[in-house]
Amino acid sequence: MAAVRDNVEEIRSRVILGEFGVKNVHTTDFPGNYPGFDDSWDMKRFQKNFRIDVVHLDESSMEFDMVGIDAAIANAFRRILLAEVPTMAIEKVFIYNNTSIVQDEVLAHRLGLIPIKADPRLFEFKNTEDEASEIDTIQLQLKIKCSRNPRASKDSSDPRELYLNHMVYSRDIQWIPLGNQADVFADSCIRPVHNDILIAQLRPGQELDIVMHCIKGIGKKVAKVVNSRLDTCSREVLRHVDLKNLVKLGRVRDHFIFTVESTGILPPDVLVTEAIQVLMAKCQRLLGEMDSTDME
Amino acid sequence: MAEESDKKPKLEVVQADGADEGCVTFVMHDEDHTLGNSLRYMIMKNLDVEFCGYTITHPSESKINFRIQTRGGSPAVEPLRKGLNDLHEVCQHVLNTFQARVNEFKERQDQPME
Repeated sequence: MAAVRDNVEEIRSRVILGEFGVKNVHTTDFPGNYPGFDDSWDMKRFQKNFRIDVVHLDESSMEFDMVGIDAAIANAFRRILLAEVPTMAIEKVFIYNNTSIVQDEVLAHRLGLIPIKADPRLFEFKNTEDEASEIDTIQLQLKIKCSRNPRASKDSSDPRELYLNHMVYSRDIQWIPLGNQADVFADSCIRPVHNDILIAQLRPGQELDIVMHCIKGIGKKVAKVVNSRLDTCSREVLRHVDLKNLVKLGRVRDHFIFTVESTGILPPDVLVTEAIQVLMAKCQRLLGEMDSTDME
Repeated sequence: MAEESDKKPKLEVVQADGADEGCVTFVMHDEDHTLGNSLRYMIMKNLDVEFCGYTITHPSESKINFRIQTRGGSPAVEPLRKGLNDLHEVCQHVLNTFQARVNEFKERQDQPME
């Protein structure tokens, strides 16, 4: 009987790694599946077993363990972190003059991928029909012209010496405040996260004159606003070929390691906080819908 | 938090099963595995629920069909409501624990530097 009990414990709490496949992947501890176990949802038991341990935290990445939660919910957080945390990104590009070799659409595409350092929590989502206003849009400008360097020596062939402004970097993007944005964002000026992203290369006589509108979006709708990369994996166990018949490898089912790397707009702990709040907002919206249809 | 681009209701009920209120299929718009799987897990933990599952009808449409069948004939909206509330509480608890831990970690980091 003791052996049966251990086996059941193992099925309930471990994901077995066999040589060729993974067994016991799905959660089976629902009420009624195992006689003698009370599996119905118990908030107190969850709170007692749940634990978060932060392993590493800095400006751009963090690593933490989440223990005692089911894969379904951990995966929901992972999916939200990747695709549904709102970010500010360049959406509309108005090209007034582009005489560089880079085509308009390629240039616009590259600009859209640049992360903009603006806190998305301070902005509203923009309806597509509305005019750009100060609460939902950031206006940026890129105006640069390449010219010959009059002080270059006659026989040099190094572009850095011969030309001025021949490489267009993300630091050349300037922010144009709309409305009251100059006061609201006085201390934290809005600019791209990284200064050294190469946007285009120019030669003398070529210029760029572009105005960009940057709005709040989520990764699901706009593929360029993805905010962070995340790895969720259970703890790795090394395999040794000569021991494979003697060793049984199992991963603990409800222990997850999250590694969150941010693009730099928001620190990673804020990203995780936002992701959890997105999930709560989804539940609230459905609850609100249910209540309003019931009252009709 | 997503934009309300049109006035489509978020949640609809497919009137499939006659007078039996215990077996209902809900259609949720603009949702996918993110909410579907986590909500399914919470509702399955309910003793009253005999069956709970969801499908994405077609990958190009972002809507899910969510089915709940209860034992004993109680209306299916009750486990749905309870599941949503429980999921909300879980998120709240995770959020509180996470913020407490992060603050602890930051304090511990500051202390050796002083």
